[in-house]
Amino acid sequence: MKREIMRSGIFTRRALLVAGAEIGIFGLLGARLYKMQVVDGAKYTAMARGNSVSIRLLPASRGRIFDRFGAEVAGNRQNWRALLMVEQTNDTDSVLDAFSKLVALSDSERSRIIRELHTHQRYVPVMLRDFLTWDQMALIEVNAPDLPGVLIDVGATRIYPKSELLAHVVGYVGPPHDQDVKSDPTLSMPGMRVGRTGVEAFNDIALRGHAGAQQLEVNAVGRVIRELDRQEGTPGTDIGLSIDTMLQQAVTDRLDGLSASAVVMDPRNGEVLAMVSQPGFDPSLFDAGVSNTQWQSWMNDPRKPLVNKAAAGLYPPGSTFKTVTAMAAMTSGAVGPNDTIFCPGHYDLGNARFYCWKKGGHGPLDMRGGLKNSCDVFFYNAALRTGIGPLAAMANRFGIGVDDGMDIANVPPGLMPTKAWRLKQKKPWALGDTVISGIGQGFILTSPLQLATLASRVATGRAVGPHVARHRDGVIQQGTAAEDWPEMSLSEHHFTTIREGMWDVVNAQHGTAPTARLKLPGVQMAGKTGSAQVVRIGRAARERGFNSMNLPWALRPHALFIGFAPYDAPRYALAIVVEHGNAGADVAGPLARDIMTDALTLDPAGRDTPLAPKPTAQITIPPVRAS
Amino acid sequence: MMERRLWREGSLGIAGKVWQTNWIYLLLICALAAVGYVALYTAAGGSSEPYAQKQLIRFGIGLVLMIALAMTDIRIIAKWSWPLYVVGIILLLVVARYGHVGKGAQRWIAIGGFQLQPSELMKICLVLALAHWFHRASYERVGKLLFLVPPTLAVLLPVGLILKEPNLGTAVITGAIGAAIFLAAGVRWWKFVIVIAALGAALPIAYHHLHDYQRQRILTFMHPERDPLGTGYNIIQSKIALGSGGMYGRGFLNGSQGNLDFLPEKQTDFIFDLIAEQFGLVGSLSVLFLLLLIVLGGMLIALRCRHQFGRLVALGISVDLFLYVFVNIAMVMGAIPVGGVPLPLISYGGSVLITAMLAFGILMSVHVHRDVEFPESNAWPPP
Repeated sequence: MKREIMRSGIFTRRALLVAGAEIGIFGLLGARLYKMQVVDGAKYTAMARGNSVSIRLLPASRGRIFDRFGAEVAGNRQNWRALLMVEQTNDTDSVLDAFSKLVALSDSERSRIIRELHTHQRYVPVMLRDFLTWDQMALIEVNAPDLPGVLIDVGATRIYPKSELLAHVVGYVGPPHDQDVKSDPTLSMPGMRVGRTGVEAFNDIALRGHAGAQQLEVNAVGRVIRELDRQEGTPGTDIGLSIDTMLQQAVTDRLDGLSASAVVMDPRNGEVLAMVSQPGFDPSLFDAGVSNTQWQSWMNDPRKPLVNKAAAGLYPPGSTFKTVTAMAAMTSGAVGPNDTIFCPGHYDLGNARFYCWKKGGHGPLDMRGGLKNSCDVFFYNAALRTGIGPLAAMANRFGIGVDDGMDIANVPPGLMPTKAWRLKQKKPWALGDTVISGIGQGFILTSPLQLATLASRVATGRAVGPHVARHRDGVIQQGTAAEDWPEMSLSEHHFTTIREGMWDVVNAQHGTAPTARLKLPGVQMAGKTGSAQVVRIGRAARERGFNSMNLPWALRPHALFIGFAPYDAPRYALAIVVEHGNAGADVAGPLARDIMTDALTLDPAGRDTPLAPKPTAQITIPPVRAS
Repeated sequence: MMERRLWREGSLGIAGKVWQTNWIYLLLICALAAVGYVALYTAAGGSSEPYAQKQLIRFGIGLVLMIALAMTDIRIIAKWSWPLYVVGIILLLVVARYGHVGKGAQRWIAIGGFQLQPSELMKICLVLALAHWFHRASYERVGKLLFLVPPTLAVLLPVGLILKEPNLGTAVITGAIGAAIFLAAGVRWWKFVIVIAALGAALPIAYHHLHDYQRQRILTFMHPERDPLGTGYNIIQSKIALGSGGMYGRGFLNGSQGNLDFLPEKQTDFIFDLIAEQFGLVGSLSVLFLLLLIVLGGMLIALRCRHQFGRLVALGISVDLFLYVFVNIAMVMGAIPVGGVPLPLISYGGSVLITAMLAFGILMSVHVHRDVEFPESNAWPPP
């Protein structure tokens, strides 16, 4: 019983303490009510009177994009536009009618406006008309009393000063889709744009920046009394590219008229100096919306101008892949650098006969000779002895069939087949598949970007990854120095054998690509040609004396070339694919020679490169005009 | 004196129970519901549809449940404490597995068109379970550290499950109720000091594990201008509505902020704004005072009770109510982060109303049975 008394005593003391705390906190709540309702009451009443505070977003200007030397390749231009503030008008229909008497609105514009009026939150203005002319603006200003809620505003349009030249690299922006708006409500602001391809899409969030907001005190009829608060947005990040516009222009000129793509890289650090896909398009057409006729003409062009063939075009690598087969064979020990293989012109595996491109055969060849002559039989043997597993693993190490981490949007990883991959297709792997994989045919798919990466890795022995973003807001990015990339940890002796074979291809007597020989004194390029078959050429056709030039354009093989220069100290690596260009040596070789000459003479990677772009020009939105 | 002994024997007849009912407290609860009716009437712009009428019907159902509970012998309720606790935990597990996902959180389960929020029920179950545990404890035994391990786990388990939903606000309230009962049961001060210090140390780690939207809320609270269109917008508009009420308010049905849809969900979490805007400081202080009376009424029931179980139950329920009121009103004032906590009996919503009425029913049962003889078992756990 005594215990019970003690316990209830403690309870009473502590419960009274809790009750006291509760009374105290209620007192504080009451005090704050007094402070807000009586002391500051007038302030809040003013804010509440006649709809009080209106919040307006201040869109941030989109980050700009510069080339390697600070030239603007994507920027913003101011334009005048008419907006409708829904909260300032009671009768949107009559305002729309009055507005369309001044500035004609098409049916589709009108239905878009009405849709946005219904879907937007009330503090987000609706765009009536973008790109106003001076006269239209004057007309709206003069008739302002009849247009409650309508205001003239400065918007920004994305401009691409280099137009087609960098369309595929930089990409383009377009109006946001519904799902974009769901993820970021500020995108419902008029004139907001979302990156759709290329650098614009990859860095979209950073380029967008953060919208600011202003709180305005508005009276009962919607007139702005004063600005209560203003939070400036953060402009988007400026991005500096590794691309040299001059080299880009030179490469574009070389590929003019072809359906082709080329990538020039600095093999020491993976910086992409030029990435060209021909034909191109004008990216600024997307900002305001593409017309149907324009769209149809793009879609019906067999050369696919909208596809960035340099990064997203996938082709069998053809004989350029022999460099990988060579490294895989030597590393696995299947074929030593000095082992010889005899080429009788064909290779028989069971009933199947695989041909060398040289009808009579090459006779005995070592590794260097196999590369020099691009002997198919040599690499059939090498692939078969190595096996598809080690071959695929080596291809991945050279960037084929894997994601290289390229920093633009929509870069596919390509395909390097393995037995496991084939099994997923419910088909067994055949030895014949291994044989033709050795010469880069069959299932293998790579992009020119990956081939340029392959050339870079062969040239330097470093696992460099391709990238175009060199700095962000003037801060240099990881990966722009050679030391940022690891050594491949493969035998330097094997690398030398492959490089010597590639030197032979271009510079030795009877190499396969004398057309690629540089005419610059003391500088030599090493390279490898390739022709990637689009259709299979049967035995009968071969025996008839087949010539692929007789095929229709779309069935001719693609012409490929990879290479690097200067041979003794590589500064540039390149890859070229000419769609349906036929033989690599005839078409891609001379192009490679010319493009490498351009790179070496312009020498963007060797020139002093300023890192900081010019200071950002901030678009300032003037305070909203009292209507 | 005669009568008292009879009750201790446990033969309190139904007439005696009605006689013992705390009618004043019942009146206070009805007054609060009336305030809620008026507020919901104005939330609909001067119409009993769609909120006020429905809420009144729910209140009627709740009233029946409440009186039924008030007449139920507190010893029966005590006997069911732990089974109810287990049911509460099971419901929380069900919600975690099958619950209805709304606004990024999994908090509700649908039972025949009725959205049940188990975390609300859990708070009452936890109060009962803890009260039952400490009822068995002598003064000395409460001082034993080992004796405090099971109830501590009993608090942490539901708090963890509610955190996972995620519902930070309710989890904090649940933990605080547990702490209040520990305090009232006589746990030593220094133990609280240690726990508070440990919590303080764990805070940065906890912040790291918060959901993005919760972190966003806290950041928005500290810098409302960061998000003037989202959460910040609500806070700004709520403060304007509250502040513009002035001394006497803008008059019945004359609040511009509420009427013009500036406040999202004004009928639930932001309902106090409507009262403050229309009836000013006089009105909002009156409502605040009414709420204080109900909270203190619960404390008074606790103090007048002659057995530890009833005392702790009444205290726990009244602290729960207090925390509701504090969090909601501080939130609409912009003094603490927005937490999605309604104002009991005033905010629109069935689940919260019914659970609040159940809690009041138990509270009233404590009052009716404040003098009953309660078996005090010292058999288990061993001292």
